[in-house]
Amino acid sequence: MEQVIANGLYLGAQYALIALGLTLIFALMNVLNFAHGQMYVLGGFVTYSVYGQLKLPFVVALICSGVTLAVIGALLEKFLFRPVIRRSKREESTMLLAAATAFFLDAVILLLFGEKQRGVPKIISGVFISDRVILPYDRIVVGVVAILMIAAFMLFMQYSKPGRAMRALAQDRVAAQLMGVKVERYSLIGFALGAMLAGVVGGLLVSITGVNSGIGGPISIKAFLMVMIGGAGVVGGAIAGGFILGMMESVGLTVLREYGDVTYLVIFALLMIFLSIRPHGLMGKPWG
Amino acid sequence: MRKTSTATLKIISAALFLIALLVAVPLLINATGRSDLYYTLTSVALLSIISAGVWITFYIGRINIGQGAYALLGGYVSAILVTNYGMSFWLTLPLAGLFCAAASVLIGLPILRLRGVYFAMVTLVLTEVARLLALALPITNGASGIVSIPLPTGISLFGVTLVPDFATLANPRLAFYIVAVLLMALCFLGLYRLAHSRIGQLCQSLQQNEELASSIGVNIAYLRVIAYALSSFLGGVGGAMFASISQSIYPSSFTVADSVNFMLNCFLGGLGYVLGPMIGTFVLYFGWDLLFQTGEFQLLIFSTVLILLMLVLPNGLLSLALPRKRRV
Repeated sequence: MEQVIANGLYLGAQYALIALGLTLIFALMNVLNFAHGQMYVLGGFVTYSVYGQLKLPFVVALICSGVTLAVIGALLEKFLFRPVIRRSKREESTMLLAAATAFFLDAVILLLFGEKQRGVPKIISGVFISDRVILPYDRIVVGVVAILMIAAFMLFMQYSKPGRAMRALAQDRVAAQLMGVKVERYSLIGFALGAMLAGVVGGLLVSITGVNSGIGGPISIKAFLMVMIGGAGVVGGAIAGGFILGMMESVGLTVLREYGDVTYLVIFALLMIFLSIRPHGLMGKPWG
Repeated sequence: MRKTSTATLKIISAALFLIALLVAVPLLINATGRSDLYYTLTSVALLSIISAGVWITFYIGRINIGQGAYALLGGYVSAILVTNYGMSFWLTLPLAGLFCAAASVLIGLPILRLRGVYFAMVTLVLTEVARLLALALPITNGASGIVSIPLPTGISLFGVTLVPDFATLANPRLAFYIVAVLLMALCFLGLYRLAHSRIGQLCQSLQQNEELASSIGVNIAYLRVIAYALSSFLGGVGGAMFASISQSIYPSSFTVADSVNFMLNCFLGGLGYVLGPMIGTFVLYFGWDLLFQTGEFQLLIFSTVLILLMLVLPNGLLSLALPRKRRV
């Protein structure tokens, strides 16, 4: 049982980071970022290239992943999402744009990195063994880094000036603008930050699960699940959703093992029931 | 007076369009000898039926990315009925649609209370659920799917053959093409009637403001379930047709990418126009096919064009052709 909980916590920390990026972009721009999984994959491949092939330190690779994705996110926001949001009559148009962006990133990833499964050497070898829990050291490191990043992100959102501005934007865009918040600049920063989070998680996880060009879509779906559980556009909700999904997956894989591959079916069924009771998730605003 | 003349004009142009599709296109294909185009055009017709379903949910102000689930469900229902119970395909076609509609009522009752991105995300997840279900249930035969589904049999009434047995035809592709075009015509005729009926106007009121509509006395819960059921019906019929044409169905026949594509078709054609899904499907499918020669760059060029289209025409392709209509 302790093993299951440890696995769940480790998974949850990863998932929460992914969901944080998605929910941040949604809160600021009202854009459902379909390309989130692809950003994650791209981050993974950047780390693979820098750490696995150029043999630079893992930390450098992670930073490279983050910076690359932040730049891509900023460019996407400035040249694609902003003009479309301004000119479109229906705000759903951004969804088409996001979906097209997902296809685009998929194509770029496929062209640049091919379709093979890629992995990197372990960052730390060895396994932590006690009488109840067995955890490889690299998983512990990745989990701890993820939790530290979540904490850093929350502190940033809570106490820094950009963080405060972004929270104001998420609450009420017009009011924030009237108070003198530079809406465009902080939308840009927010989008870049969200993309960066996706990239960094991709980089972190490449050291454990590896990465291949096909996992972008499934990752996006998982991110949507977490955001639905926790409530769209709420930082706390994303974190809660991530840990809940991680825990459910970990428990489900153990408990439902003899019934075959039904863990996600059960999770979906539970989600349907949950959403019919609380349509806007645990902490979401009604009609996000 | 003027109104009747535009109405007749519309009827005439629709009839001409249908005749062109049923007569001129086969003639052209015969002349050029490119019979592979039958399959492409049949696919466009069927995909536009499925996309029309998505369009209906847009009409009540919901973003539906779960149409792939119903297409898959419809395909499996038809395939199982034909192979396991020896039913005539033509009977299973409406049954598949009705089964999907019934399922969508059950699923829709809780999830139609959601709005905006929440509904979009749940429906996206629904597609994944359908795939996992198809993999897990014993009746669907898991990942290997159901293969070698027999071709549709004939229908005869009082000794008169209405529909010939497809297996005996020299060119079943042409037959499938004609069936698909007729189905598409029927579907869009129905859609046009729906959009211009009282229910259609009520649906538009839902799209604009549900609380307001409900305060005036519109039964919003009933309306949205009906609209969603109609949408799923179309998805099921389209999926069943697809299973019959390819004579096989797998859990991966309709995936999340397909669901997203159905939504893209509607968006691209323009959400404000009944013919939007048809145009969008046509352009997307043919664009994708044309780019086949570019090999590995296919997806890259395709997505770039999509993005550019969005930048230039954020309100859909038809907003280019009918700019004045929108303002009225």
